[in-house]
Amino acid sequence: MTSATRNRFIAIGALLVAGAALAFIAFGNMGKNLVFYWTPGEMLAQGTKAYGPTIRLGGVVQPGSLHWDAAHTHLSFRVADSDTSGAPSVLVQASETPPQMFRERIGVVVEGTFDRSQTFTSNRLMVNHSNEYRPPKPGDGPDQWKATVSAPTAEAR
Amino acid sequence: MSSTLGTTLVLGALLAAAFGAVVGIEGGLRHRAGALKIVLGAVTAFLLCMLGANLTMVHALVTHDFSVHYVAQVGSRATPLVYTVVSLWSALEGSILFWGAILAVYVFAFARAHRNDPPTNPLLALGTMLAVGVFFAFLIAGPANPFGRVSPVPPDGPGPNPLLQNHVLMVIHPPMLYLGYVGMVVPFGIAVAALLRGQLGDAWMATLRRWTLIPWTFLSVGIVLGSWWAYAVLGWGGYWAWDPVENASFLPWLTGTAFLHSAMVQERRHTLKLWTVSLSLASFLLTILGTFMTRSGVFNSVHSFTQSEIGPTFLVFLGAVLVVSIVLIAVRGPLLVPEGNLGGVASRETSILLNNLVFAALTFTVLLGTVFPLVREAFSGVRISVGAPYFNRMAVPLGIAILFLMGVGPSLPWGRASPETVKRQFLVPAAVGVAVVIVCLAAGLTGGLALLTFGLAGFAATVTLREMALPVRVRMREQGEPLLQALYRSATRARRRFGGYVVHLGVVMVFVAVAASQSYVVHTTATLKPGERFQLGPYSVQLVGLRNGTEPHRRWIAAELQVTDGRGRPHPLAPRMNFYERSTDPIGSPAIRSAAFQDLYLTLLAFDQSPPSASFNAWIFPMVGWIWWSLPLFVFGALFAAWPERRRVRTGAADRLPVSKEAPSPGAAA
Repeated sequence: MTSATRNRFIAIGALLVAGAALAFIAFGNMGKNLVFYWTPGEMLAQGTKAYGPTIRLGGVVQPGSLHWDAAHTHLSFRVADSDTSGAPSVLVQASETPPQMFRERIGVVVEGTFDRSQTFTSNRLMVNHSNEYRPPKPGDGPDQWKATVSAPTAEAR
Repeated sequence: MSSTLGTTLVLGALLAAAFGAVVGIEGGLRHRAGALKIVLGAVTAFLLCMLGANLTMVHALVTHDFSVHYVAQVGSRATPLVYTVVSLWSALEGSILFWGAILAVYVFAFARAHRNDPPTNPLLALGTMLAVGVFFAFLIAGPANPFGRVSPVPPDGPGPNPLLQNHVLMVIHPPMLYLGYVGMVVPFGIAVAALLRGQLGDAWMATLRRWTLIPWTFLSVGIVLGSWWAYAVLGWGGYWAWDPVENASFLPWLTGTAFLHSAMVQERRHTLKLWTVSLSLASFLLTILGTFMTRSGVFNSVHSFTQSEIGPTFLVFLGAVLVVSIVLIAVRGPLLVPEGNLGGVASRETSILLNNLVFAALTFTVLLGTVFPLVREAFSGVRISVGAPYFNRMAVPLGIAILFLMGVGPSLPWGRASPETVKRQFLVPAAVGVAVVIVCLAAGLTGGLALLTFGLAGFAATVTLREMALPVRVRMREQGEPLLQALYRSATRARRRFGGYVVHLGVVMVFVAVAASQSYVVHTTATLKPGERFQLGPYSVQLVGLRNGTEPHRRWIAAELQVTDGRGRPHPLAPRMNFYERSTDPIGSPAIRSAAFQDLYLTLLAFDQSPPSASFNAWIFPMVGWIWWSLPLFVFGALFAAWPERRRVRTGAADRLPVSKEAPSPGAAA
C-alpha cells in the first residue's frame, strides 16, 4: 500500500467518523427539540402524552375569550379547532406579547407546553399569514375593528 | 381573450422547450454542430412565448380582466398600479408563470453568450435547461394554470395579500429570490453537460463558475432582503425564524457558496472535480426542493401558501432530477479524473476543503431539520416540527467555524506552508482578534459566544483587509504607482480575488450584526395614555395621541409617539395598524428608529379610542441594521468578480480554440 493510498483511506475513514458524529449529534439534538403540531382536539385526544413536550397548538382564537391582566402584560385566551361553537378548545396563558395583528378569530399558532391543570403555557405566539381571503361582510371596516385585543369583551364584529 | 391567448402562448413554450430539449441532447451526444442553430431557434421561441404569456397576464391584471382565474384571485380595482403589477408574483400560479419567464431569459442569455463556442457542450447544457423548461411549461399549462376562465365574471376581486402590499421591499424581494432560484438551472445544465460528456475542461469550468456566481448573488440579495422585509413588516421583532420557507432559500445558497470555493481548488489544483460538479447538481436539487416546500403547501408554516395541486407534480420532478443526478454521478463521474493533488495540511486548498466540509455539514443539519417533519408525517401521520433551538444549537458552532476558516484560508498559500509562514501570517490578525475581545470585555460586554464571534470577526477582517492591501503596497513600491491607481489596478487585475474579499467583509458584518442583535437585545411592553411615557435603554417614549387616516386601498390608525434619545433629541415615531378593505385582518406596520449602532423597534399591540390608550411592544436591537447594510458589499463584490474580463469579450477565432488551450484566468493570480 503506497502512502498516498494509505492517506486516502485515513481521510475517508476520518470523514466517515466525522459524518457519523455529526448525524448522531444532529439527531440527538433534534429529538430534544421536536415540536408537536396539534390542534386543540388532537392534543386533548393524546391524554397524558400531551403533558410535557413542546407543542405548537394551531387553531383560531375563540371569540370572547381574550383577557388581559390589569398591567396589560399577560394574556389569556382560548384556542379552538374552528370558529364554530362547541369546537374543542384549550385555555392558553401567554407570557409573550402577541404580534400586532393578533385578534379574535384569527388563525394562531402558539408554542409552549400543556400540563395537568389543562392550561397551555405559551412562550411564543404566531399569527398565520394566509394567502386565502374571506370576503368582507357588509359594513366591515376599521370602526368595527376597534374591538381588537384591548376590548376583549366586546362582541367581535 | 386573455385566457385563450395566454394558454396558447404557454403551450407554444411547452412545444418549443420539448423540441429544443430533444434536439439539443441528441445533437450534443452525437456531436452534431448544425443542431446548435436549431436549438437557438427553440430557445428564442421559448423566450418569446414565455414573455408573451407574462405580458398577457400583466395586461389582464392592469385592465382588471376578472374573467381570468388568476386576476379574479388576486386582482382588485382598489389596489395601486404598482402592486397590481407586482401581484403577478404574489400568489402561486402567477409566481410559477413568472418563473417560466425568468427561466427563459436565463436560457436565452446563456445561449447568446455561448453561441460561438464549440457546439457540443452548449448543446448538452441547453438541452438540459430546456428539459427543465418543459417541466415548468407543463406546470403552467396544467396543474398551476393561471389562465383558467372564470364564469360568471366577478365585478371585483379581493386584491393581493395585504402583507405583500405593505412594503416596497415586497416589490423587489421575491424577484431577487426567483432570479436566484431559477438561475441555478444554468449551472445544473452546465454540470450535466460535463457529466454527459465525461470531461470538464478549464473553459467549461470557468463557464460553470460564472453562471453559478450570478444566481448566487441574486440569492444572497434575496435572502438579506427577505430578512429585512420580515423585520420591517411582520412586527415580531426578528428577521430569521428557521421557517421552512427561509431554509428553502438558505440551502441552495449554502451549497452554492461551497461550490464557489471548491471551484477555486478545481481551478488551481485540477482536483475535486466530481465534488464541485456534485455541488452544482445539489444546488439545483435544493432549489427544486425549496420550490416544492414553498409552493405546494406541505408546510403549515408562518408563510403558509394555499394548498395546491402542484405538490405531487413537483415531487415527481424532484425524484426524476434526483435519480438522473445520482445515475450521472455514478456512471459518468469516474470519468472526471483528478489531474492534481491537494497540497499540505497548512495550505489554502486544505482550508477550502475544510470550509466545504463545514458547509456540507451545515446543509445537512438544516436540511435534516427542515425535511424530517415531512418524512415523519408521511410515515407515521404525526405532525411535528423541529424547533428553532435545534437549528441555533447546530448552526452556531458551524457558523463560528466558517468565520474562523474565513480568516485562515486567505492567510495560507497554495501548496504547502512552512511553520514560519504560518506564524508570520497569523501573528497580527490573531492579536487584533484578541484585542477586540479585550476591548469588548472592558466595555462591559458579556456572553461567550458573542465575544468569540467578535474576536473571530476582528481576526477574519484583519486577514481580509491585509490580503486586499498587500498587492496595492507591492504596486506602490515596485511600480511607483499612486495609491488609488495601485488599488484600481490590483483590483481589476485579479477581479475574483478582490470581489471575493469584498464579499467576505460583508459576511463578517452579518456575523457581527447577528451576534450583537441576538445577544444584547432589550425588550419591554407598555400601555400608555396620552402624555404618559416609558423608558427603554436611552430612549424615552411618550404617547402623543391616536390618529386615523385613509388611503385609497386602506385605512390606518397610528399611535403618535415622541421618542427622545439619550442626547435629548426628539424623534417622532408612529407605529400603525392598517385595515385593508378586502381583508378582514388588520396588518401592523412597526415604527423603527435606526441609528448606526442600534435600532429602536416599536409595534402597536392594541389600542382603545375612548378613553384613548395604546399598548406597545418595544425592543432595542444592537447593530441589527448591519445585516442589510452589508448588501452593497455583497452586490459590489459579486458584480466586480463576475464582470467579464477583457480577454473574454473577444469573439471569433480565440473562442474556437480547443478547450484545454485556454489561458488560465488572471483572477487566479493570488
